[in-house]
Amino acid sequence: MNDIPNSLRNLPDERGHFGQFGGRYVAETLMPLILDLEKHYRAAKDDPAFREEFDDLLEHYVGRPSPLYFAPRLTEELDGAQVWFKRDELNHTGAHKINNCIGQILLAMRMGKTRIIAETGAGQHGVATATVCARFGLPCVIYMGATDVERQQPNVFRMKLLGAEVIPVESGARTLKDAMNEALRDWVANVHDTFYIIGTAAGPHPYPELVRDFQSVIGKEAREQMLKRTGKLPDMLVAAIGGGSNAIGLFHPFLDDPGVKMLGVEAAGHGLDKQHAASLAGGKPGILHGNKTYLLQDEDGQIAEAHSISAGLDYPGIGPEHSWLKESGRVDYTSVTDDEALDAFQLLCRTEGIIPALEPSHAIAAVKKLAPTMGKDQIILANLCGRGDKDIFTVAQALGVEI
Amino acid sequence: MTANTRLSNAFAKGRPALVTFITAGDPDSGATPAILDALVEGGADVIELGMPFTDPMADGPAIQAANLRSLAAGTKTADILKIAADFRARHPETPLVLMGYANPMTIRGPQWFATACKEAGVDGVICVDIPPEEDDALGPALRDAGVSLIRLATPTTDAARLPAVLKGVSGFLYYVSVAGITGMQQAAQASIESAVAQLKAATDIPIAVGFGVRTPEQAADIAKVSDGVVVGSALVDLVARHGRDAAGPVRELTAALANAVHSAR
Repeated sequence: MNDIPNSLRNLPDERGHFGQFGGRYVAETLMPLILDLEKHYRAAKDDPAFREEFDDLLEHYVGRPSPLYFAPRLTEELDGAQVWFKRDELNHTGAHKINNCIGQILLAMRMGKTRIIAETGAGQHGVATATVCARFGLPCVIYMGATDVERQQPNVFRMKLLGAEVIPVESGARTLKDAMNEALRDWVANVHDTFYIIGTAAGPHPYPELVRDFQSVIGKEAREQMLKRTGKLPDMLVAAIGGGSNAIGLFHPFLDDPGVKMLGVEAAGHGLDKQHAASLAGGKPGILHGNKTYLLQDEDGQIAEAHSISAGLDYPGIGPEHSWLKESGRVDYTSVTDDEALDAFQLLCRTEGIIPALEPSHAIAAVKKLAPTMGKDQIILANLCGRGDKDIFTVAQALGVEI
Repeated sequence: MTANTRLSNAFAKGRPALVTFITAGDPDSGATPAILDALVEGGADVIELGMPFTDPMADGPAIQAANLRSLAAGTKTADILKIAADFRARHPETPLVLMGYANPMTIRGPQWFATACKEAGVDGVICVDIPPEEDDALGPALRDAGVSLIRLATPTTDAARLPAVLKGVSGFLYYVSVAGITGMQQAAQASIESAVAQLKAATDIPIAVGFGVRTPEQAADIAKVSDGVVVGSALVDLVARHGRDAAGPVRELTAALANAVHSAR
C-alpha cells in the first residue's frame, strides 16, 4: 500500500489529521483555546522538566511500571499461544485512565487554568480526574449521564469522596455521549479558567494526540518488559476499544514493528445486528465531538445510541487514529458481544485469580478465540486496562445473582 | 432573485435587520411552515431554520429540547429541504438560512448538501462546528453553488484569528456575543459595542449579533450598534409552550422585536 508513510507513528499532521480522520471540528469559541492548548502541549513535550514530573508521578503516585504478567493457567486452558497481560488494572484508581489524567492536569496547571471539568461513562475517568484534582487541589466538575449515575453508584460516591462535583446529565440517552456534550457546553461558557480533561483519545486535535502520547507509557513499558523477559516482541497485541485510549496506548509504540500484529476489540453489545457500540464494524465516517471518525449513525447523520454491558465502551464513536489504522490495514478490528465478554470475565477470575473490568473482558474474549489458532511458541499480549470491582453489580445482575 | 441578493437586500433597508431562528420540524414538520409564515408576517428580515441534530453541543436547554422534539417527531433532512423549498415558493424575497451541525450537513458529501440547498432556494448556511481550519470542502461547495457561507465570530476570536474567520465569508457575519451556549445570559452592552466596532474595522460585511437576546428592549439596544440582531431561544420557547398553535404567539413576539429593532436608530 503506497499510502502508508515510512513510519506509522508520525501522525497526526500539523492540522491534526490522521488521513481523512481527526481534525478540529469545534465551535469558533473553542477554536482559539484548542490552538492555545496545542501550543502549550508542544512546549511541554519539549520541556524535560515536564517529562520528569510526569514520570515521577507515574512511578510514585500511580505505581508504574505496571507488571507484565504471563498467565499460565489461562494459556493452558486455551491450549495455543502464550497469553500475557499488561497489568494496568493495578494502577492507582484501578485503570489506565490515570496515566492520561496526570499528563493533562500538569498541562492544565502549566497553562494557568484553575478549574477542571471532565466527562465520564463508567466513572473510571471521572474517578481518575477527581483523583488528580484532589492531588493538586483544583476544583473538579464531572459530567455523567443520569443513566450511568444510576448504574455506577460506587464510582459516583468515589468521585464525591475525592471532592468532585458530579453533575447528572439528563439530555439525550443520558449516557457518555450526552455527558461529553454537556462538558463541551460547560467549557465553551468557562473558557477563561477551565481545562477540559478528555478521557479518551478522541475529541478535537490535539486531544487524540496528547491522550495517545500520555497513554503510550503502556506500550513503551510493555515493549521493554517483553524484550527483557522473552528476548522477543509479542506476535499479537489485543486491546478493548471504546474511544480507544488503552488500545492506542499499547499499540502505538509497536506500530513500526512489522512482526507485531494488532487486534482492537469493539463492543458488539447484544449483537452487530442489534444494539451495539462497534463504530468501526457498524458505523461510517462522520463528524462528532470535534473530530471526524467512524460513528454509529443513520443515513441523515443523526448519531445512534450505542449499547454495551460495559459502560466504558458504551459510546457511538472511536478515536480518529483507530479509524485511520483500520483504513490503512495496520490494525485489525473485531468485536465481541456482552455474553462473550461475561464468559471471558468469569474465565479470567477462575483461571488467574484476577477480576477484570468488563472493558478488558472484551479483549480477553477475543484472546479466547484467537489463542487456540496460534502456535504454542507464539505470544499474545493483551491489555488488562481496568479491574472489575466496579462491575460486580452489573455482572451479578447479568448472571441473575442478587447481592 | 438570487441567494446573494436576497441576503444583501435584507441588510440594505436603511435600518437594522431582525434575524429570527426556529428549529425545523418542531414540534413536527407539518407545523413549521405556519411558524415560518408567522416570522415573515411579524417582520423578520432573515430567517434561520435550525437543522435538528442528536447532539447539539453549542445549544442551551431550549434549543436542545427543540432538536429532540423534532427528531422524535421523525423529521428527516428531506423534510427540511422540502420545508425550505416550499417557503421559497411562498416567500420569494425573504432570505432563508439553514443553521446546524456538520454531520447532518456533510454525511452525503458537501457537494450534495450545497446542491440541495441551492435547489431548495436556501440563501446561506451556518455550520456551528466547522471552523475555517476545517472548511476546505463545505465552504467551497456552498460558494460554488451560490449559497453564502455565514461564519461566526465570538468573544474569543482575537485579532490574530479574525482574518481567517473572515476569509471566504459572505452574506453576513454572526457575532456570538457571549462565550457560551444559546439562550443563556446576555452580554454586557459595552462589550457588544466594542466587539462590533472591532469587527466593523476589519470587514464591510453586515454584522448580526446574537446569543441571549430575548426581549424587544434588549434587541433594540443591540440594534443601535449592529446591522442585525438574532433572536432564537425566546421564539423556540414559544414553540415549546404552544406546539402546533405557536404561529400566533410567534407572530406577536416577532412583531414586537421587529418594531424595536427597526426603529432602534
